[in-house]
Amino acid sequence: MTHESSSCVEIRDVIRNFGEKIVIERISLRVERGEIFGLLGPSGSGKTTLVKMLAGIDEATSGEISLLGVKLPKLAMMNRIGYMAQSDALYAELSAQENLSFFGSLFELGGARLKERIHYAMKLVGLEEHLNRIVSEYSGGMKRRLSLAIALLHEPEVLILDEPTVGIDPILRKSIWNELEALSAAGTTIIVTTHVMDEADKCHRLGMIRDGKLIAIGSPTDLKTRTGSSTIEEAFLHYGGERP
Amino acid sequence: MRVRALVIRIVRQFVRDKRTMALLIAAPLLVLTMMYLVFSGDKYEPKVGVVAIPAPFQAKLETSGMEIVAFGSIEEAENALAERKIDAYAAIRDGKPLIKLEGSDPGKNKSILLLFGQTMQDETQAGSAGILPEPSVGYLHGGSEMTAFDSLGPVFIGVFAFFFVFLIAGVSFLKERTSGTLERLLATPLRRWEIVVGYILGFGLFTGIQAVLIAAYSIHGLGLMMEGSIWLVLLVTLLLSVTALSFGTFLSAFAKSEFQMIQFIPLVIVPQVFFSGLFDLESMSPALRWISHLMPLKYGADALRSVMIRGEGWSVIDDDVFLLLALSLAFMAANVLALRKHRKI
Repeated sequence: MTHESSSCVEIRDVIRNFGEKIVIERISLRVERGEIFGLLGPSGSGKTTLVKMLAGIDEATSGEISLLGVKLPKLAMMNRIGYMAQSDALYAELSAQENLSFFGSLFELGGARLKERIHYAMKLVGLEEHLNRIVSEYSGGMKRRLSLAIALLHEPEVLILDEPTVGIDPILRKSIWNELEALSAAGTTIIVTTHVMDEADKCHRLGMIRDGKLIAIGSPTDLKTRTGSSTIEEAFLHYGGERP
Repeated sequence: MRVRALVIRIVRQFVRDKRTMALLIAAPLLVLTMMYLVFSGDKYEPKVGVVAIPAPFQAKLETSGMEIVAFGSIEEAENALAERKIDAYAAIRDGKPLIKLEGSDPGKNKSILLLFGQTMQDETQAGSAGILPEPSVGYLHGGSEMTAFDSLGPVFIGVFAFFFVFLIAGVSFLKERTSGTLERLLATPLRRWEIVVGYILGFGLFTGIQAVLIAAYSIHGLGLMMEGSIWLVLLVTLLLSVTALSFGTFLSAFAKSEFQMIQFIPLVIVPQVFFSGLFDLESMSPALRWISHLMPLKYGADALRSVMIRGEGWSVIDDDVFLLLALSLAFMAANVLALRKHRKI
């Protein structure tokens, strides 16, 4: 099963349907190790479905997905993936600290190591001073950041983030992107979905998805020069068949 | 016009929500049917054993609306009474007439004594047997001072332990799904069975406290009749709660919102209440009575009644206890399978 290639994720001919409805229509792509790979597309395009399969929660109807050389889904791989869902999956009655230690223990983190990781992750998302507050008192942006901290907690090799920066102010968004850059430089592969075009520009490579189909793939500059566009938005429109 | 728009919107939503509509229409019919089945079945015919009583009197008893079974000795009749094959027996002991009742249902006690009284009054008036001596009345369980609450209390303990745990556990498990935390849990190495067992243990702690409180309050606070061991009462109450817990969390897989969880009450809780022993099912046609065997609550209520009213021990309730245990495990297993809908592995 283990490939000698450097690719982190390999998606081969993946189709996913829910009953009659085809949500992912034969997508194949690779994500290299240490890369920040963006999945760009409007809501309802199938981004979340694809990302859930990468996170090992959902399974492809046909086709194959392997992550770090192992065919998914596989329970043991969950330890190597950090997943941040689109909705803030937090226990609102508990404090941030309690949420973090709960999820930490699911990854068998404990003691000094857990403490150190909680400190690191909360500092990264700028929530250090709010560690002991009850999550229901958090603002929307703070909840998003806490979700990100939880995804980072067990030092995953692959980070899968579904719309991570919704509701986060531009200054903090910038600092989070700087951190993602640093994580990627340290070898973490990051897969991020977004429908914000300026965020897409920050990814190393982009996959454009529309109606469950991969309509284009390449680096942001590549996609722009190939289509002769000045923005990612124009490039998306071009590939979407609605040439401006 | 605005009101009209509102009315139209509500009607549209209603029509689209087939489930709520079905509930509104079908649930009352279901409950009414059950009431009908319970209350208007065949006339209750007490089963009464007789041991060597004068033949003309026995003949009179047979026409009085009782089912008469003859026994060779008082011991045989006593055994049949203990096994609940008969509701009462009449015998002559030391030359005096004696009526002994099973006693755990005050309603039955009353109707049997009434039938005996009428028969004897008729006899006396007819003058065929002279003045009959007043029979002495004995009870195997309970007694003449036993109230309806003493008889129904154990069932109530079961019903409330079951109902609240079912609802609360079901809604919390559902919330895990609607809030997205279930999906988040499934993105960790946590196994599906670990989620189910974790829920049972976490909630089990509180249902344990609840079981102790309910039992202690009804026995010491409300003075409910208590003949047997308090430990057995606690064991059965706790097991009923665990059954409710596993049942509730399992059923929550089939609800999309808290509201839909509430909709399960008339479907799964109300029938259980009807069939669990609050009402005597003996007058119901046997073909329908088997339904009660599908109700987890029935086993708990039966066991609680045996312990609390009849003072019976482990050997009598062991079947009920094992059945509740088996049901809990079955619902847990079903829930592990139901979670497959969210993650296959």
